[in-house]
Amino acid sequence: MNANFRPEELLADQIAQLIGDVRHVAVGNASPIPATAALLARERGNGRPYVSLLGSPKNTFWTDGARELFDCAGQGRIDVFFLSGGQIDGQGNINLVSIGDYDQPKVRFPGSFGSAHLYYVVPKVILFRTEHSRRTLVPRVDFVSAPGASAANVYRPGGPVALITNRCLFSFAQGRFTLVSVHPGHTVAEVVENTGFDFVCPASVPETPAPSPATLKLMREVVAPQLAELYPQFAAQVFGVGTAAFAD
Amino acid sequence: MTAFQTVKSLDEALAPIVDGCLLVVPREVSGVPMAATRALLRRGIKNLHLVALPTSSLQADLLIGAGCVGTLETSAVSLGEYGPAPRFTAAILGRSITMKDATCPALHTALQAAEKGVPFMPLRGLIGSDVLKYRDDWKVIDSPFGNDDPIVLLPAIKPDVALFHAPMADRFGNVWIGRQRELATMAHAAEKTIATVEKIHDGNLLDDPVLAAGTLPGFYVESVAVCARGAWPLPLPDHYSADGEHLALYAKMAATAEGFAEYVERYVYERKAA
Repeated sequence: MNANFRPEELLADQIAQLIGDVRHVAVGNASPIPATAALLARERGNGRPYVSLLGSPKNTFWTDGARELFDCAGQGRIDVFFLSGGQIDGQGNINLVSIGDYDQPKVRFPGSFGSAHLYYVVPKVILFRTEHSRRTLVPRVDFVSAPGASAANVYRPGGPVALITNRCLFSFAQGRFTLVSVHPGHTVAEVVENTGFDFVCPASVPETPAPSPATLKLMREVVAPQLAELYPQFAAQVFGVGTAAFAD
Repeated sequence: MTAFQTVKSLDEALAPIVDGCLLVVPREVSGVPMAATRALLRRGIKNLHLVALPTSSLQADLLIGAGCVGTLETSAVSLGEYGPAPRFTAAILGRSITMKDATCPALHTALQAAEKGVPFMPLRGLIGSDVLKYRDDWKVIDSPFGNDDPIVLLPAIKPDVALFHAPMADRFGNVWIGRQRELATMAHAAEKTIATVEKIHDGNLLDDPVLAAGTLPGFYVESVAVCARGAWPLPLPDHYSADGEHLALYAKMAATAEGFAEYVERYVYERKAA
């Protein structure tokens, strides 16, 4: 890549913008890019929003055990959360469990984590998947860990607002995805080719803007060292934290 | 007050965990009793109904790989940055364990029901999820306080034993858990609680109001065993971090059944690195 930033930095910058002006962002397990974005948003906001990184003693304020995250969410005290999936379909359904028949799966993923609750109750859920392919973005998931939408009588103040991948950014509304922008080095045709579900594709799709030099500096110098507590491998690989930094 | 004999050797402390036991254990960052887990492997425990609150990593993978687990009830098993949990994955694909897929707050809620001595608790979400579809023990009712408001009810989980690792305990069986409050929920819900600890605190933890706030009273605690670095190679919050090198080694060795057997031989039976 000839740009002076890494793909992870572009994604984190975009996610930080999607987070917007909110009070509390929570980040679940195995989510280093959303964690980068949340910490970036907190640095830009001089300490707001509150950021809770699940599994990080330094970046959680909870004192009532692991259930406090879900109790907060159930009350509407978490504004933004992030989810991924082994499969994600065009209706915003996510699959964190298995491929094939549930009783006789061909592939098994770790499990649903908190998705079957949080997807319903957190107003802004940002989906992320760094492998954008027909294998991951499918017409219909094999197992619904959590559905993209619910029947009218089901209590559901929350749900998906966007999906960001290694190739592009989609928004989600009225039960379907719309292509918002395509990342530098990628094309609309390539997005269509590698997406297994139908989505709204406007006639003109802009390129995802590159992170500004100020954002890159903030991410590399202030955010990355904070990230290393929870994601040492990621912080080392992407930001060179703990090694001689930024050879490229 | 005389201290009742709560502090025991590790094997004595673990005696209440018998074959077929419903055992609840905590997530990776709350104090996973790894030394105790290795002791259970050496004893050859069988057919555990393991509830991992709400997720697990090395502990569940090790117990599953060694054939100790009959039923697993949890929301996810993964080695995190070190990749998928290989023995868990193999057991699901090979259908050698019964899996009860859950979602994190459902497990917290079901244990809270047991804590309160009530038969069930409601939880939002879940409706329309296949997690609910495959759980015939969970039910949907129309909220009696709502108007066309369906809501899920979860039966209480009442473990036979709660097992965890904590920074310290005193000779009265009081265990200091700090802010890892889910350990208290586990202990309140379970019939018996066994804690391994880094060290014994001289005096009574309940005498100091600052320490008392983070203390699980000995009332709930069946036995305590001292295991220095008892969470290794997993972290103990505020005390030591994960041994990443060892976890990477585990992920590599446990990728095959043969490699796993060699790992167990080397690190569970011979205790070379413990």
